[in-house]
Amino acid sequence: MRVIEVQAPGLLTTVQDLGREGFGPLGVSPSGAADAVALRIGNRLVGNAEHAAGLEITLLGGGFAFPDGAVLSLTGSDFGPTLDERRVESWTAVEAKPGQALQVGPTRSGARCYLCVQGGIVVKDFLGSASTHLLSGLGGYDGRALRKGDVLKIGAASSRTGIPACSSSSSNPSGALLGRRVAPKVLQWLAPRKVLRVTPGPQCYWFSEEAQRVFYASTYRVAEESNRMGIRLQGAAIQAPASGEMISEGVALGAIQVPEGGLPIVLFVEQQTTGGYSKIANVISADFHSLGQLRPRDEIRFERVEWETARALLKEQEELLASAELIVE
Amino acid sequence: MVTAAGGGARFQFASDQSLLIYFDQQEKEGRAPQNQITLQANEKVRKLLRLLQLEPVAAVRNLHPAYCSLLVKFDALRLRHEQLEAILRQYLARLEEVKLAEPRHVEIPVCYGGEFGPDLAEVCVMHGMTAAQTIELHASVEYLVYFLGFVPGFAYLGELPEELVTPRLATPRKKLPAGSVGIAGNQTGVYPFATPGGWRLIGRTPVKIFRADREGLSLLSIGDRVRFTPISPERFAELERACA
Repeated sequence: MRVIEVQAPGLLTTVQDLGREGFGPLGVSPSGAADAVALRIGNRLVGNAEHAAGLEITLLGGGFAFPDGAVLSLTGSDFGPTLDERRVESWTAVEAKPGQALQVGPTRSGARCYLCVQGGIVVKDFLGSASTHLLSGLGGYDGRALRKGDVLKIGAASSRTGIPACSSSSSNPSGALLGRRVAPKVLQWLAPRKVLRVTPGPQCYWFSEEAQRVFYASTYRVAEESNRMGIRLQGAAIQAPASGEMISEGVALGAIQVPEGGLPIVLFVEQQTTGGYSKIANVISADFHSLGQLRPRDEIRFERVEWETARALLKEQEELLASAELIVE
Repeated sequence: MVTAAGGGARFQFASDQSLLIYFDQQEKEGRAPQNQITLQANEKVRKLLRLLQLEPVAAVRNLHPAYCSLLVKFDALRLRHEQLEAILRQYLARLEEVKLAEPRHVEIPVCYGGEFGPDLAEVCVMHGMTAAQTIELHASVEYLVYFLGFVPGFAYLGELPEELVTPRLATPRKKLPAGSVGIAGNQTGVYPFATPGGWRLIGRTPVKIFRADREGLSLLSIGDRVRFTPISPERFAELERACA
């Protein structure tokens, strides 16, 4: 079995897939890749099912060796990846020869990049997913961020994806995959946004007109203490409704809650499943992957869109991800 | 995007892929409807949850029950809010026929005070009671699991005896020990993991609240009845060894 050896884990590297949806009644949030679009495309590039597990690498990068070689892709933000000190392209299927080592980071653009390998990363499944949930120490590789010396198993290449794992004309069994890259116009469409589109939150009518005006007019800065649970914002405080009126209720991914201090928090992939703060707005699903690329000190704004627009943008994104033009052979 | 429905339910768009259903909201003139925690509203939540688990709706991805509301997450490319609302109204019309599972009665041993419950002394001062009185009160009631939320396996238990109703900490702890038993407002609960938390800690249980290797995973389920049993530090140590 092929493996990945962790030579340097970087700041925070975890095993992630598309998460475990459906366990809200147990208080278990889905977790999964912070930029799910990047993980899905990364998997497509190396011939995996979209939901296969890869590595989510945060801000500073890391070092990973492939003693038996691998076909891999790096998607998401540009972490300046090199294989044995030779620059490799992001958003492209590339080969690591046996014994080669990959160095990534620090980032040159957003917060996260994804390392996908043909066959996916294999860890013990928890509730149907390989995703790491850091706060509870569940899922992923031993429920934790990777450490130096960890050895990750690579699965067998899938034969169900419609992409030939074996090229008849090549002695390289993965030859058909190499050089596949993502169409530039797709990358342009999916480029992470700093103006995040939102729909009104369930308690939006509890906020005063002035509070709403401040929220939509202000530029917010991403705070250092942001993580996979929540993205904390600094900037103009919003007058929050009196907390006494709020009773804990289920919260959606991307919910923007306003605690007493008035600084909004965007609930993210490792979110609590229920919460007791009023929500002024909710980031639309088509912009979730942009949240995953926000770095501390990034400046963002919120733009209100209609429900129909949110749906149309999601539809457009999904059609793009499913289209034959996504990947250039 | 708010609509009232029969059976005391109100629908509210929560996000582009989720819908909230509130039960038994209190209408006040000139104000937004107010939620209130009642056994009746929570029973409706549990019944709708059960019906949706027995007869799942295609394109519904997740359910987040709470005191008096249920958040339904769905695939917006297969279902619209309005369509989901129409389907859920049919479910609501059948709530009365839903039989909830017989509640399980679960006992949780707790070592109160000292290093196990660092806020017990302060709670006693706030209510003018001795430690023994506070412990006796907390252990005197059978609590209902209103729902699990926050983190995996965290059960919102209610209601506390009135004499024990206590505000949460002004500044939440950054990290507390797994198994910590806290009180906040008229609620009590056990923290399954070493997480941040703002409830006042009066004790700790050696019992594992959430285990990935256990059938059902969570010690407690929505609708269960829970009673706390005071134990000594020696018994805590014994049970901790047995639970490890």
